[in-house]
Amino acid sequence: MSNSWIIENGRIIDPASGRDETGTLVVTNGCIAAAGEPVSADTSRIDARGSWVVPGLTDMHTHLREPGEEYKEDILSGARAAAAGGFTGIACMPNTIPVNDCAAVTQLILERARQAAVRIYPVGAISRGSQGELLADLGELKNAGAIAVSDDGRPLVNSQLMRRALEYAADFDLTVISHCEDIFLGKGAMHEGPVSTRLGLRGIPPAAEAVMVYRDIALAEWTGKAVHIAHVSCAQSLALIRAAKERGVRVSAETAPHYFTLTDEAASTYDTRAKMNPPLRSESDRQAVRQALADGTIDAIATDHAPHSCLEKECEFELAANGIIGLESALPLSLALVADGLLSPLRLVELMAFNPAKILGLPAGTLQPGSAADLTIIKPDQPFIFSEADICSKSRNTPFLGYEFPGRAVLTMVGGEIRFQKELL
Amino acid sequence: MNTEYSFSHRHILGMEQFSRDDIAHILTTAESFKEISARSIKKVPVLRGRTIVNLFFEASTRTRLSFEVAAKRMSADTFNINASTSSTVKGETLIDTARNISAMHPDVIILRHFSSGASQLMSQYVQAAVINAGDGAHQHPSQSLLDLMTVQERKGRLDGLKIAIIGDITHSRVARSNIQGFRTMGSEVHVFGPSTLVPLHIESLGAVRAPTLRDALDNADVVMALRIQRERLHDPLLPSLREYAQRFGLSHETLGWAKEDAIVMHPGPVNRGVEMSPEIADSPRSVILDQVSNGVAVRMALLYLVGNA
Ligand SMILES: [Zn+2]
Ligand SMILES: [Zn+2]
Repeated sequence: MSNSWIIENGRIIDPASGRDETGTLVVTNGCIAAAGEPVSADTSRIDARGSWVVPGLTDMHTHLREPGEEYKEDILSGARAAAAGGFTGIACMPNTIPVNDCAAVTQLILERARQAAVRIYPVGAISRGSQGELLADLGELKNAGAIAVSDDGRPLVNSQLMRRALEYAADFDLTVISHCEDIFLGKGAMHEGPVSTRLGLRGIPPAAEAVMVYRDIALAEWTGKAVHIAHVSCAQSLALIRAAKERGVRVSAETAPHYFTLTDEAASTYDTRAKMNPPLRSESDRQAVRQALADGTIDAIATDHAPHSCLEKECEFELAANGIIGLESALPLSLALVADGLLSPLRLVELMAFNPAKILGLPAGTLQPGSAADLTIIKPDQPFIFSEADICSKSRNTPFLGYEFPGRAVLTMVGGEIRFQKELL
Repeated sequence: MNTEYSFSHRHILGMEQFSRDDIAHILTTAESFKEISARSIKKVPVLRGRTIVNLFFEASTRTRLSFEVAAKRMSADTFNINASTSSTVKGETLIDTARNISAMHPDVIILRHFSSGASQLMSQYVQAAVINAGDGAHQHPSQSLLDLMTVQERKGRLDGLKIAIIGDITHSRVARSNIQGFRTMGSEVHVFGPSTLVPLHIESLGAVRAPTLRDALDNADVVMALRIQRERLHDPLLPSLREYAQRFGLSHETLGWAKEDAIVMHPGPVNRGVEMSPEIADSPRSVILDQVSNGVAVRMALLYLVGNA
């Protein structure tokens, strides 16, 4: 199979160099070639007219469910979904069964990942078993191939442990990703507001997130270490992050497409596909997230891809599992922000490719000559109705079926190999 | 009322589904059934041959009994399923239960469930009409309808009244149903309770948040106290029932702020000495027993309206 290409007539967008122009990109033996480099004989041509050619997208927040819950998703199916969504690499959260808190689990994931369509970056647990009591062996996790640590899904209550994690993880260049939730305030089924009041569901105030965002900022500020805030959902958190960044605190943040697309109204008929944690917030929170994407307060768009079967979703709202799948819909939903004029294409690529790779310390997210040819070709103006046929994940828990999206990824290339292609360009 | 009116609801899930005409029609129908309960032979053949299932996931002797009496007076065959003794404890889901019961072809399922939205969920999986007999903190439409009926009987109207609802609004399906029911009929609903038990966004339902007990009761035509559940002490939402009784309980003194002819209601069962002093519960102002007998009439009306489809 060829891994040398000449990609012609596309709009090449590369935040690393600030490049945004129509041109030709050459891939030689799986790597981005320098301008003027001789083209090898077995090179094929791709006509990218009307498309964007961008560094492969990295999703810094997915749940692949393997090991332990393969009926929801496994590494290979999740990777196929990622490729279909334009991602060339995905970071998978450690809340598997067992929890990825040791080298053995990390190695198992990476072993399976060798057949995966995209690059898999395991995230290890911060605490042993994500129990929030003792630090996991972070050095061992790093050696085994973990690129970050997080107790995502099991909020870290112990602030002393969080402080130690920020300090100790930094010794191993491991990014610490924090799921910010005060578990007492967070006890509830949806955002606290008029909808929860009408439905008689226990509400989760934005403060459940914001108080822990501030805790993590305070710890990062005191220790001088870096912290990354996962799935920011509300205006209160964003104000804290914005102010912290202005003070020079080493804090970065991601949000997920549902937080800039939907509000708590989506749950107004007890639709469990609109149940996630943190919950969908108010319209003013949604607007704040959009603003923060534009002004740089938010660094990355991540999916928080959380597959669940109908067993966990077709039930009473209060009993339903949190989360939705997102790998196939994240780029289309984000393209809507460009269509709305909120983001430039360059900024979008920064949010979905360059920044996630930078925050995780990955050699990705760039089209610089010599780097691996992980790239995505996007048709920004090819509207389509999102349907089950577009889903490669094993699960179907998404509120976006039937939505009209402005465009999508049409080709995903990893190391010069095409891993997903929508149609002949 | 519009002469062309026809009742068009397949399920009874909550008060927000009803228009003013719907509610008036249900109450007129209930009024006509009330007479049956006064006869020596308290039975009409209206629902003969119909099967009605009482599916209760939460203990409630009163509501279950009220529906059962209503169904029997209409000559329906009734079956009671106490979900704590059924297969649900073995991990059967609500949807499994719905499908199993549906396979036995009942005409009406009366569902009481601890989870908000449960009756709407069930209605999506069964052929039968579903009557919500209380779902979590969401809705309890038959309770609201019997409250409306009781107020109409005592006040001669349902519009232009001031209704005060006192107590645990947050966890109360009765409060939510009544805010919507009384608002639809043209009355004002003022709510008051400890701030821990009144939702921040209660005004989005159309209720007025009273700043003090006196504001809530001042010039009220109807005063409704809600039951305080002991488990609220552990959440923690309240320090003690004693403190609640002192600050929020109804007494002769506080009721003096309401209209002279104000009536006192309670969805039952009353914690005497907590939500109201014992004398209030037994005073001529109290319509608590009227509520119980109107409950049967309203439930007969609901069964008639959805059970004959
Ligand atoms: Zn999380
Ligand atoms: Zn997550």
